[in-house]
Amino acid sequence: MYNLEDKIVVVTGGARGIGFSITQKFAKQGAISIILDLDQDAIDKAVKEIDDAGYRALGYNTDVTNNKAIKKLFNKIYDEFGKIDILVNNAGITKDGLLMKMKEEDWDKVITVNLKGTYNCTQAISRYLLKQREGVIINIASIIGIMGNAGQANYAASKGGIIALTKSTAKEFAARNIRVNSIAPGFIKTKMTDKLSDEIIDSYSKAIPLSRMGLPEDVANLCIFLASDQSSYITGQTINIDGGLIM
Amino acid sequence: MNIEQKVKEIIVEELGVEESEVTNEANFIEDLGADSLDTVELIMCFEEEFDIEIPDEEAENLVTVAKAIEFLKSELD
Ligand SMILES: NC(=O)c1ccc[n+]([C@@H]2O[C@H](COP(=O)([O-])OP(=O)(O)OC[C@H]3O[C@@H](n4cnc5c(N)ncnc54)[C@H](O)[C@@H]3O)[C@@H](O)[C@H]2O)c1
Repeated sequence: MYNLEDKIVVVTGGARGIGFSITQKFAKQGAISIILDLDQDAIDKAVKEIDDAGYRALGYNTDVTNNKAIKKLFNKIYDEFGKIDILVNNAGITKDGLLMKMKEEDWDKVITVNLKGTYNCTQAISRYLLKQREGVIINIASIIGIMGNAGQANYAASKGGIIALTKSTAKEFAARNIRVNSIAPGFIKTKMTDKLSDEIIDSYSKAIPLSRMGLPEDVANLCIFLASDQSSYITGQTINIDGGLIM
Repeated sequence: MNIEQKVKEIIVEELGVEESEVTNEANFIEDLGADSLDTVELIMCFEEEFDIEIPDEEAENLVTVAKAIEFLKSELD
């Protein structure tokens, strides 16, 4: 149904959490999943798990904030496979704190990884996608980028930025049949949210109409849909996946 | 291969036009049907092929085949 057989898919931050779930799901659809991540142990583990299950994945230890290294890597991937089909910009971090006391370096770091990292990878892949006149980019934003959150000004700004970047990129690339969309997850059970206290998780769950946290697979399923021809008329959009938390 | 030939070859390949259309006076956008993305891709191809950097201010002026050839010749001499 999704027709992702032999597609070359690059997932940043694909070694863990939501990114790993995305990597795994694409591999199960017959795609070749390529992980870009910083955590070598997690990369090795992720690749092995997919390999052991009989699917295809490989990993590169590369920082999405390094413009030159990212360009080089996409070039290498293109040379090796003769094409690149799908990019999922998923690598992201948080460094929370109230704005009044937020350290400049925490602001810079979050904006650089989340927003500039997305720009770096999008730019690096663009020349190949434009040439192919085919391809899909999916950016992982967050509902925080839409509704804001006390204590997450840097993160909210980076994710709101990703949503705006998505729209501009979608407009620039539409003439070449390249679709660009973002996904805005709500509260998803991963290492990132494991840091939250039970109290906070409880209070959030109460506010969620479907009264549970989401799972990484929920996000991965949406990714598969947005990467496939099943969504061929959708571009420039941000799709919330949050159990109905914001409507 | 000389620069002029190579430039014309790149234009044919990138813009998907006939060799005969790529006259010296041809304007990329008006005569050869390029859009703004095509012109950026074209400049990037020149940069790669001739291993040079073409600053944006320069790139803006390279609107015809002749202007591109002239610029690249002067850069590579
Ligand atoms: N977990 C949630 O509830 C939630 C909600 C909304 C949005 N998101 C977004 O989903 C994405 C994934 O989140 P997660 O919860 O799986 O996080 P995670 O921390 O479990 O995984 C993030 C991955 O990105 C990698 N990474 C970090 N910085 C990197 C860099 N500079 N270069 C390359 N890789 C890097 C990490 O090594 C890790 O493998 C993030 O963009 C996050 O903002 C998560």
